[in-house]
Amino acid sequence: MRAPWAGPLGLHHPGRSVLHRAPVAAKLVALAALSLAVVLVRGLTAAVAGLALVVGATALARVPWHRTTRGLLPVVLTAVALGAYQTWVGDPARGAEAAVDLLTLVLAGSLVTATTRADDLLAAVTRAARPLRHVGLPPETVGLAVSLFLRTVPVLVRTVAETRDAARARGFERDPRALVVPAAVRMVGHARSTGDALAARGLGDD
Amino acid sequence: MITFEDVEVTAWTSDPAGGADRVVRLLGPVSLALAERRVAVVGANGSGKSTLARLVNGLVLPSAGRVVVDGLDTADDGAAVRRRVGFVFTDPDAQIVMPTPVEDVALSLRRTVPDASERTARALDVLARFGLADRAHVPVHALSGGQRQLLALAAVLATEPAVLVCDEPTTLLDLRWRTRVDDLLASLDQQVVVVTHDLEAAARADRVLVVDGGAVVADGPPGPALAHYRALMTGASAAPSGERRP
Amino acid sequence: MSSAFDDTTTDEAARAQPTADAPREAALPAPRERRRPGTDVALVATFAAFVAACALVPPIPTGSGVPITLQTFGVVLAGLVLGPLRGFLAVALYLVVGLAGVPVFAEMTGGLGVLGKPSVGYLLSFPLAAAVAGLLSRVALRAPLRWRWAALAAAGLGASFLTVHPAGIAGLVWRAGLDLPAAFLVDVVYWPGDVVKNLLAGAVTVAVLRAYPDLRPDARARAPRP
Repeated sequence: MRAPWAGPLGLHHPGRSVLHRAPVAAKLVALAALSLAVVLVRGLTAAVAGLALVVGATALARVPWHRTTRGLLPVVLTAVALGAYQTWVGDPARGAEAAVDLLTLVLAGSLVTATTRADDLLAAVTRAARPLRHVGLPPETVGLAVSLFLRTVPVLVRTVAETRDAARARGFERDPRALVVPAAVRMVGHARSTGDALAARGLGDD
Repeated sequence: MITFEDVEVTAWTSDPAGGADRVVRLLGPVSLALAERRVAVVGANGSGKSTLARLVNGLVLPSAGRVVVDGLDTADDGAAVRRRVGFVFTDPDAQIVMPTPVEDVALSLRRTVPDASERTARALDVLARFGLADRAHVPVHALSGGQRQLLALAAVLATEPAVLVCDEPTTLLDLRWRTRVDDLLASLDQQVVVVTHDLEAAARADRVLVVDGGAVVADGPPGPALAHYRALMTGASAAPSGERRP
Repeated sequence: MSSAFDDTTTDEAARAQPTADAPREAALPAPRERRRPGTDVALVATFAAFVAACALVPPIPTGSGVPITLQTFGVVLAGLVLGPLRGFLAVALYLVVGLAGVPVFAEMTGGLGVLGKPSVGYLLSFPLAAAVAGLLSRVALRAPLRWRWAALAAAGLGASFLTVHPAGIAGLVWRAGLDLPAAFLVDVVYWPGDVVKNLLAGAVTVAVLRAYPDLRPDARARAPRP
């Protein structure tokens, strides 16, 4: 993976549209409902209608296209491959539907993240996780873990790419251990540094 | 005032031959009283200088002895100590938790500023003070290494700690950013303890500690202490620890 | 390779010279063990991100609607390296964030829509798989060093066959409408890859725990107290 996963959060696009101002919980419920509808409602017409809905919402939110479409190329390729495969096994309509459904879901997810500040999303997850405090998981910790998770994906993608380059430079590309072991050791080292940094910033003290 | 009283640090280590894990000494015994405004800590990789720095805010707790900051024992009052002592790491990627700069600074302020929108405003103020106003909403992974380190500093200094400890803050930076971060550290009102490989930066400190093999082997004004360190690193006595990483 | 992550103090522990003479070693004060909630949160979040990174590597299509991905490698590794509880939490975090709509699942999908896919059984079994791998690894880590790799790989494989495969087959029956033998035949496609992935996970775990011996205090090889 050469292209870094840009991360859905951090792709927030400041704005004042209805979607920006809508409560986070409402957006997440809408996203969940759309996801479910896309899976449950069969047929190409419904699939195209779903895609049109998401494209319309993106226009309404005035999110620039490059914000939501960044990193979309692999999804488009997957969608095309999925469609082509279904066509090959003799069901072109289902292939087209599957491809459109996939695009709809990914665009909808990107739209929610483009119109939602990461800390608002964090706050929503934290609220939802409040009952977990009864089993020893404070809600702030849950929210922090989510945020840290999203922040770490691009870092890891870069680590994996660098490790692969190093393995290739040393002629190890055929041994998966030479590729994965250094990446994993660095990853754990990174996690521990992050843990130290969290402790240094007083997180976990309260 | 930072005080070390007969501090020793030990840790578990695995046996390469596959036997039982064993205890090794990382540092000590060390006794120190640091009152100077600018303290530099130099030493070879693996000498124990990172451990020394981490003792100051209770990230590492002494296995024996005690560390006291402004009357607070790091083992008993860890949370209070960490509110007084800010800590900046070598790698800003490990330190920056949130996806964008403004959110990361806001995270530091969450305890002092309860209201979310005021917190954002304060975070933007802080970023402006550090020359990062136009980067406030840019994803962190799109910032340059120098900008990320500046952000890490901004997030730590946002809470206005009384002491700042930096563990090799400029090691990953190019010369331009190194100068900028050094100048920023020099301009602070806080007491600053900086672990560094940059002897020019160390020479500007009020006091230099030289750490080798888990002990403070020289301590004093920069001139003699750094001369001792140079002799140590170029002489035969430096060989045993030369291979290790910090 | 850059030295971006070189500021880890445990490296000092891993690389410090063991004190040569036994009497002095006996005189060393015991290391201070303290709860590190920050490190646990960071480890859980990082392994969750690692599972995501594994899922984002382009999958190998198999034609059954369930692509082969490195996800299960990440899942088993989380259990083996972090132990049952933190391993479970890491994979559960990945699952929850993905279900909330962030595209971290295979093929960059996310959201509740994946619950309708034929791969649903595999996905939902992942947190349990990490927990079982973590539990089995407690036994595996007691093996002598030269058997540890094999023991850990066996623990990962055991977890996979106790959780991922049965749940995956159930999902295929439910969502893809296959009968049980057909679903079983689809599942068999993953077995060779599973063996390779678990051998790799075992090797990685051995290396990681040697670099950071205090990661698994629940399974530390300690000298018997006199």
